[in-house]
Amino acid sequence: MPRFIKRDEISKGRSTSIRIFSVILALFVFSIVFILMQKNPLDIYASMLKGAFGSSYSIRETIKLAIPLCIAALGIAVAFKMHFWNIGAEGQILMGAFAASVFALKFPEMPRPSLLLIMMVAGIIGGSLWALIPAVFKAKWGTNETIVTLMMNYVAIKWIVFLQHGPLKDPNAKGFAKIANFTDNAILPEIFKVHIGWIFAILLVLFIFIFMKYTKTGYEIAVLGESEKTALYSGVNIKKTIIISILLSGGLCGLVGMIQASGISNTLVESVSGGVGYTAIIVAWLGYLSAPVILIVSILFAALQQGGSFIQTSYGIPGAAALILQSMILFFVLGSEFFIRFKISKKEGDAK
Amino acid sequence: MNGISTFLAAAIVAGTPLLFATLGEILIERAGNLNLGVEGMMLMGAVIGFLVGLTTGNVFAALLGAMVAGAFGGLIFAFLTISLRANQVVTGLALATFGSGFSTLIGKQLVGQTAPAAVKSFFRPYPIPIISDIPVIGPIFFKQDAFVYLGYILAVVIGVYLYNTSKGLNLRAIGENPGCADAASINITLYKYVHILIGGALCGLGGAYLSLVYIPNWQENVVAGRGWIAIALVIFSAWNPYKAILGAFLFGGLDIIGFRLQGAGIQVSQYLVDMLPYLVTITILVIVSMKKSKRNAPPKNLGTPYFREDR
Repeated sequence: MPRFIKRDEISKGRSTSIRIFSVILALFVFSIVFILMQKNPLDIYASMLKGAFGSSYSIRETIKLAIPLCIAALGIAVAFKMHFWNIGAEGQILMGAFAASVFALKFPEMPRPSLLLIMMVAGIIGGSLWALIPAVFKAKWGTNETIVTLMMNYVAIKWIVFLQHGPLKDPNAKGFAKIANFTDNAILPEIFKVHIGWIFAILLVLFIFIFMKYTKTGYEIAVLGESEKTALYSGVNIKKTIIISILLSGGLCGLVGMIQASGISNTLVESVSGGVGYTAIIVAWLGYLSAPVILIVSILFAALQQGGSFIQTSYGIPGAAALILQSMILFFVLGSEFFIRFKISKKEGDAK
Repeated sequence: MNGISTFLAAAIVAGTPLLFATLGEILIERAGNLNLGVEGMMLMGAVIGFLVGLTTGNVFAALLGAMVAGAFGGLIFAFLTISLRANQVVTGLALATFGSGFSTLIGKQLVGQTAPAAVKSFFRPYPIPIISDIPVIGPIFFKQDAFVYLGYILAVVIGVYLYNTSKGLNLRAIGENPGCADAASINITLYKYVHILIGGALCGLGGAYLSLVYIPNWQENVVAGRGWIAIALVIFSAWNPYKAILGAFLFGGLDIIGFRLQGAGIQVSQYLVDMLPYLVTITILVIVSMKKSKRNAPPKNLGTPYFREDR
């Protein structure tokens, strides 16, 4: 029976290489699926890479997928840093999209810059209010936030479906249950043929990086996550810190909703998030809740999705394969943590 | 009256997959592990159960397949969270994603297929002699299919196991205070593995009930969020298998009420009624946390990995 003991310290290079090795191992193990399908895994990984970065078109598509993942993961990271297990990003994205769409549909003739600004503010408020509900429960009564945020995702999606079939149904859609398309005034402009969400994403990565690392509130969030008692003794206002970080977390997700509704679907649909809220959790975790790493991981995951849909058309491999691959990578990285924190002891009874 | 009793009988059918998954998750959480991957394990059980049922036409092979598939999902979770001490929340979420991809990929060629006749006839409603003649209760509870009866039995067996056997006491001790359990020389790792695997197998069975009996043909994402409801039901039933029966059937009722109301000519938006199970879950969670009674509290060590050297 091998014994495991805690490592005292591990160099950054060593821990990074363990993580990268675990990702490669996941790709290697997943090859079995392709071999079972009688396809050459190397060919498939190569064509995934090509599908994600092979042309300027595919690079743009990959970036479009990375934008919502990155911003939502930043939001989730703020909450996770506090050990607030917010898995309600999906619902917060939907409610942000809903709030933004109300203005887009009500004031279609407003000048573009002011309408877009209002939509952004509305999206942020919509998402943060939706996130505030579980946060208030948690702060007041210690209600389990994981389940509440999750349940609220379903409430949000049913709400959008209800709007599609009822109050916001487009009368011009010939009985088809959908919400009217936005006017051009409500659609995000493009720079380099990609909607300007990518600029927001980069700015927000910088903002969150600075916020978490160099501000008092950011530090308090991290302390509270590590230990509530420490936070209490050092005079952190726990309730206030929970509320601020959740408003920020939900607000970022709400902004994602606005960006997706305005820049991608050009209307409000229940698929406006399309699982981004869940994938972003994986991205946030793999990014070690650190803003710059999240940026890199979100691009990689976007590439995985874009590449995944490419092999779907060229090899007939179902899109679900990409889903499995994503979770396998996460499994392996989760497992690899152990080898970063612990090492195998050679001597008997060397345990601390 | 007749309408109400058929509604209640249907609520029990709709609640049965929830019951299996809730019982499974109760075992897992009693061992101190919070597995959020119930949805994934149910989907894995649903697809494998359906696939085996379709190819062999054998009911027991299908159920066994579903249990193995669910337990396999549990094994991934157990290995990562027990042996490698990974974060339980994130591992569970990854398992949910994995199961969803797994079932979609394997179920690709099954879409539109119907469950085999042998399975269907096996799970025909079978009234239990004598007690099904009891007025009101009989037609609601005892004119059901074999799966539903299995659910009743399992809930009671798990209840007796938890509260009336020494092994069950050991399990509860592990969830409450693994340090003490360890000192009492209970093999914690073994207990955790066994209960997570059995829990996963039960979730797999719940999924198989959906694909083989409830629906009964293969469609993508056949579980449709019931796994998440089951996690909430564990809290609702305060980790008590007996209360899980009530909870599961209540939620089964909420699941079908929109459809039934429309059938009865009552005008309500189905989409708003569809929110009910989720809103009720949230309300219950909040009420439970407000009361903070000791009886309804979660196992004390839920969610924290146990590592002897850490103490």
